[in-house]
Amino acid sequence: MADSSTTLNRSSGPPKTKVAPWNDPKVRGFFFQVVLLVALLWFCWWLFANTTANLERQKIASGFDFLGTTAGFGIIQTPIDYSETSTYGRAFMVGLINTLIVSVIGCVVATVLGFLIGVARLSHNWLVSRLAAVYIEIFRNIPLLLQIFFWYFVVLRLLPHPRDSLRPFSDVYINVRGIFTPNPVPLDGFSVVVIAFVVAVVAIVFLRRWATRRQESTGQTFPVFWTSVGLLVLLPLIGAAVTGFPMTWEYPKATRFSISGGFTIYPELAAMVMALSVYTASFIAEIVRAGILAVSHGQTEAAHSLGLRNGPTLRLVIIPQAMRVIIPPLTSQYLNLTKNSSLSAAIAYPELVSVFAGTVLNQTGQAIEVIGITMLVYATISLSISAGMNIYNKKMALVER
Amino acid sequence: MAEDVFQPKPAREPPAATTGVIGWVRKNLFATWFDSLLTLFCLVAVIYLLPPVLDWAFFSADFLGTKPEDCEGAGACWVYPNVWWDAFMYGQYPATEYWRINISYYTAIAFGVPLLADTQRVRAIVLGVVFVFLPLFGMVFGWYPDNWAVFAYGAVLFAVLSFLVPRMPGVRYRLWYGVFMLIAFPVIAFFLYTGGSFGLAHVETPKWGGMFLTLVIAITGITASLPIGIVLALGRRSNMPAVRSVCVVFIEFWRAVPLITVLFMSSVMLPLFLPEGVNFDKLLRALIGVAMFSAAYMAEVVRGGLQAIPKGQVEASSALGLSYWKTMGLIVLPQALKLVIPGIVNTFIGLFKDTTLVLIIGLFDLLGMVQSSFANPTWKDFPTEGYVFTAVVFWCFCFGMSRYSMNLERKLHTGHKR
Repeated sequence: MADSSTTLNRSSGPPKTKVAPWNDPKVRGFFFQVVLLVALLWFCWWLFANTTANLERQKIASGFDFLGTTAGFGIIQTPIDYSETSTYGRAFMVGLINTLIVSVIGCVVATVLGFLIGVARLSHNWLVSRLAAVYIEIFRNIPLLLQIFFWYFVVLRLLPHPRDSLRPFSDVYINVRGIFTPNPVPLDGFSVVVIAFVVAVVAIVFLRRWATRRQESTGQTFPVFWTSVGLLVLLPLIGAAVTGFPMTWEYPKATRFSISGGFTIYPELAAMVMALSVYTASFIAEIVRAGILAVSHGQTEAAHSLGLRNGPTLRLVIIPQAMRVIIPPLTSQYLNLTKNSSLSAAIAYPELVSVFAGTVLNQTGQAIEVIGITMLVYATISLSISAGMNIYNKKMALVER
Repeated sequence: MAEDVFQPKPAREPPAATTGVIGWVRKNLFATWFDSLLTLFCLVAVIYLLPPVLDWAFFSADFLGTKPEDCEGAGACWVYPNVWWDAFMYGQYPATEYWRINISYYTAIAFGVPLLADTQRVRAIVLGVVFVFLPLFGMVFGWYPDNWAVFAYGAVLFAVLSFLVPRMPGVRYRLWYGVFMLIAFPVIAFFLYTGGSFGLAHVETPKWGGMFLTLVIAITGITASLPIGIVLALGRRSNMPAVRSVCVVFIEFWRAVPLITVLFMSSVMLPLFLPEGVNFDKLLRALIGVAMFSAAYMAEVVRGGLQAIPKGQVEASSALGLSYWKTMGLIVLPQALKLVIPGIVNTFIGLFKDTTLVLIIGLFDLLGMVQSSFANPTWKDFPTEGYVFTAVVFWCFCFGMSRYSMNLERKLHTGHKR
């Protein structure tokens, strides 16, 4: 106290009390951060030293040279060329692409199913909303791994043996080994069809811009949706007709015990997609329900009093506002689905974890490199999806004063 | 002049079609033609699906017996989970030592129920279910109770802790139960489960399994992840840049990778990180992985709550002269955690479901035991029963947790919401 009164007398500014350095928040903060960083560095160094010592003792060579050696194992689902003589690096690519395939299909199916059930949950129809609630409560409270096992080991095993496949069409076979359909094979000149498709997409983008500008200046609307559908279907069709339909089909052939050729959807993929999408849809349904409920009822009433009918009210007023609430949690559901696709390791669907962190790790013993790459891939996918969604979110966010 | 006074006629009844059962049906099931179509479609689906399922699960199912041949009916063979009950519940744990696990269950129930349920009615219901209904029901199948002495211990302890102690005047019993469950119980449970001291036989962790292992992983994960998550969340909102960036990197790293890779890491990489001679138990490594993983998710949930507390609260407590830790512990966290109870419980539920993943690194939790039982040639034909049984068990736990959190939310709701 005496100290502070003397400082008061000495200075003309606000009173400055002398604080002991261990009570000064700045000094303390600096001290704690230094302690934390030193401890962290020491911990990392300790891990590094242990690891190098262990690797030396176990005579494991570190480095990424193993990616260039021959893998020597087969993979059932190979979206890119792969054989037993391919390298581990190639096996990694196959696994990565298979992960992306199951994640993308799963996300699309889960979104459609989730939106349907979320809307059904809000239905005025008592029975429909009850059934949706039952669906949600059942599927989100049962572990995903159990659901994957159930689809794979119970439901899909009900399908018949290859000898007596189900044949909904003459060239489609469905049995326990998978679904076999004709495979489209493009011939020369197919690029014209692709170019026509791209032209259609570009045309649609410009059409939309033009229609929006016209509506804003004159108030007249233009049927953008049906024109777009027409463009998308007609332009490639015309391209195909001009070049004489440059495509042929590779048909699956049934031998006595199995079916070969054609395009195959393996039961592992089917089970993963079903389990992932059914499970994730139950979460998406709740997100959608919360999003729609978050738009206040006054918005609907205002839209109705402006003369909008139910359809445009939903499309132009409710959904754009609900999307703002829905998008962030929906993104994290997509991320969860992508990460959960790694559970395929349990039923040997050949995705990243199963092929790379499973088979490749067992064959090479390069634990640190393999697990490191796997984690890095998932981290990259997660962070890039969330970055992309953040941009979209910013675009959709309320413009506030 | 009396006849000139206006006499209103009694109001007419509303049309019969808008009231009562018919009115409800018309309003909720057949409001428009589309509604009617939906209703009919759903009704057909329900009528088509429900009876076969009920028939399979109950009416043509077989419950009693000891071997697959006892299942003659067309329905489910519940003999199978009945025969495998011990394996599903305790894994490879020696049968003579089941009582240790059971004692810990009873102790946890006796201390936990009065902690979690504050009305005598709920406690009485639990008492009735665990100590009256289950024994009556379980004796038919011969799976409950295993040991009458342990059962009596449980019943007496439960009755004393739920009904006698709370009546003693001036005893803050819930505080003491909480202290016991957080500090003493884990130690007691550890010594009970592993043994090797106090004359108990040693049981190594590879023998742990089934529902018991699921609960060990889930409860350890839950108790570890909440405090770690709180510390991480506080660190992420700290003013010190080094602390903040360390926490951000830590949280984002764990959240960006799938749990499987974390478990793989803990099983193949962790041994390489440790000095020679130091060797962790496989279960312990999995536990560390699960705890770190869910702590990162917990941290984000808690951060959401911290962000919702107005800055004025912190400023007011600083003005009162409270230190950082007192501000957080007494002012901010109690409000923040209350706000995010649903999120916390959701993380718990997620963690509980994720415990099944340990089967991929070779630990046999409930699902792992069920899965491995299919390898038995005698019982290989009942995967459906096995999965349905497991699903029902998990569903009960997860659904119960979510209902409890809703209940808690309602109780703690002190007028912040309109």
